[in-house]
Amino acid sequence: MHPPEPPAPAARPRLGVFKFASCDGCQLTLLDCEDELLALAAEVDIAHFAEASSDAAPGPYDLALVEGSVSTPEHLDRVRRIRAESRHLVTIGACATAGGVQALRNYADVEEYLATVYAHPEYIATLATSTPISAHVRVDFELRGCPIDRGQLLEVITAFLSGRKPGIANHSVCFACKRRGNVCVTVAHGTPCLGPVTHAGCGALCPTYGRGCYGCFGPAATTNLPALIPVLHRDGMDDEDIGRFLHTFNVADFTAVEARGPGVTGKEGTE
Amino acid sequence: MTSPAESRPRDGGIEAVLDRSGLAALVTALQHRGRTVIGPTVRDGAIVLDELDSATALPYGWGVELEAGTYRLVRRDDGAAFSHSAGPQSWKSFLHPERVRQWSADRGPGGGLTVREERPQAVSYAFLGVRPCDLRAIRILDLVMAGGRYPDPAYLSRRTGAFLIAVECTEPGATCFCVSMGTGPAADAGYDLALTEVVDDDGHRFLCRSGTEEGADVLAELPRRAADDATRTAAVLGVRAAADRMGRSMPPVDLRTLMRDTLEAERWDDVTARCLSCGNCTMVCPTCFCTTTEDVTDLTGDHAERWRRWDSCYDLDFSLLHGGPVRSSPRSRYRQWLTHKLGTWHDQFDSSGCVGCGRCIVWCPTGIDLTEEAHALHREASGSQDAP
Ligand code: SF4
Ligand code: SF4
Ligand code: SF4
Repeated sequence: MHPPEPPAPAARPRLGVFKFASCDGCQLTLLDCEDELLALAAEVDIAHFAEASSDAAPGPYDLALVEGSVSTPEHLDRVRRIRAESRHLVTIGACATAGGVQALRNYADVEEYLATVYAHPEYIATLATSTPISAHVRVDFELRGCPIDRGQLLEVITAFLSGRKPGIANHSVCFACKRRGNVCVTVAHGTPCLGPVTHAGCGALCPTYGRGCYGCFGPAATTNLPALIPVLHRDGMDDEDIGRFLHTFNVADFTAVEARGPGVTGKEGTE
Repeated sequence: MTSPAESRPRDGGIEAVLDRSGLAALVTALQHRGRTVIGPTVRDGAIVLDELDSATALPYGWGVELEAGTYRLVRRDDGAAFSHSAGPQSWKSFLHPERVRQWSADRGPGGGLTVREERPQAVSYAFLGVRPCDLRAIRILDLVMAGGRYPDPAYLSRRTGAFLIAVECTEPGATCFCVSMGTGPAADAGYDLALTEVVDDDGHRFLCRSGTEEGADVLAELPRRAADDATRTAAVLGVRAAADRMGRSMPPVDLRTLMRDTLEAERWDDVTARCLSCGNCTMVCPTCFCTTTEDVTDLTGDHAERWRRWDSCYDLDFSLLHGGPVRSSPRSRYRQWLTHKLGTWHDQFDSSGCVGCGRCIVWCPTGIDLTEEAHALHREASGSQDAP
């Protein structure tokens, strides 16, 4: 029996960051990792990251971070190409995981929007819907938020680098809120808060500063939205207010669970 | 009630009357003994537990109005410091913190691993304002966290030698039911000092009795006067009146049997329709102790840490095994919580897991009330008209 070959010096894993229909805020979170950016660059080869460098190297990529929703015909091909070139594909942010605020179009007439907004709607190529990346290709992990949380992004990257499951909780914002020692704004102040139905991840940022959660991480893994409606009514919201409250960055995901009673939403990190 | 001639309370401790400056001296005396004094104080529209710099931080003149799912701070004109109940935290937040590092590990250049077990720094706490229900809750936590074969070092580092100042209840909240659970409103045991706040024509004062030698030593250091009959009588009557003014009650049955016999009751569907699975009830409960494990690594993969964090039976991932969560339905999660609190806790720890503090009722966003659920289960099981 031969002794095992000494392992070849491992090439650094290649990271690609890609953008679809989005505002760039989630990618920016990566640049915001100021203290960790050098350490990250030492561990991975940042091969494709247009926001940071115009020097874009072709695939394959070990880890692709994908921001934005699929909203044009051109996106349909591109998302498949990126998937085919990537070992792991992680979607980042509400646009990529739920279609984003632009998914409001899914509940309206896109032709009408085009005619109202553009002088020459015939120049615009768009799809009738804005959909999450996972509606088109297999996704290895979905990281929620509008924008995503810096610490969670680093955790996901670190986890994929070391081949483990990201430690991202799927419970409600209330868990984080209570762990943080906050006074509940709903119970103590009568402030409407979506925390009980919203996926944790932000560290209960808004309630920490005395305002209600507005759901930017989308539904938690298990929700009962109909049970929260009477509480929102009690705290002064009418149905129209509630509609506006729920129909923002995660409109498609909240719409999907709006009428559904207690149960599992499937909104967990892994697909 | 103690007889007028008695200068010592029944249990052999010493007894005295403190005024507000005596209470202030108590906080200072404990600080001089190197203790971190935790007590109630007003923050963000609620009476929370926090480190007290001095007794001026106590919520003098503040009370609370409680209902299921509602908490409001209200002004009181009697200046009382301890006329409140069911705040958003309990002593659990200090004894069993939400986040504890258990070990860390480093991989050296040669690939060898060095694992370091966390040695928790001992904290010397004094808890001021422990309600009788919460005294019991601490005893329950003692059993859970340190009573078994593997006592938890993090818990012991905070609990060992903690100085407990109980305050008996004279102003129960609308969500309190300690009488049903046999935990209050009088403090029976387990304290170093017990206070009963009295505000009447003779002024604002605290009847103080010691329960341990250290308690007696501290009390002997404070500016105080001898306990007088008028104060004793007012204290005893205040606590006795509180017992008759409980906001809630449990059905007068054996709750453990009730839980065992109603596992398939329709009421579970009713409460499930209202439950958000948000976990607030378990986070605020002074005895809910469940945790999860979080392993983190740094970017290099050469440094790893294991953390213990509060978790809850309402978390879908709490019962995750290979293949999926065991308790995937919200119904099974609510039922797990209530039947454990009131039923199977007896099998596990020989007591109820509920002390009747009412926190879970107040801090549930949709106002789910376990006493109402227990009454409903009892009605369904017995076909009776028992009203909550
Ligand atoms: S403030 Fe909002 S997130 Fe925090 S506990 Fe209350 S409902 Fe939940
Ligand atoms: S179950 Fe509710 S009332 Fe009972 S001890 Fe826990 S929080 Fe208090
Ligand atoms: S009982 Fe109330 S606090 Fe507890 S999980 Fe259900 S809705 Fe949340």
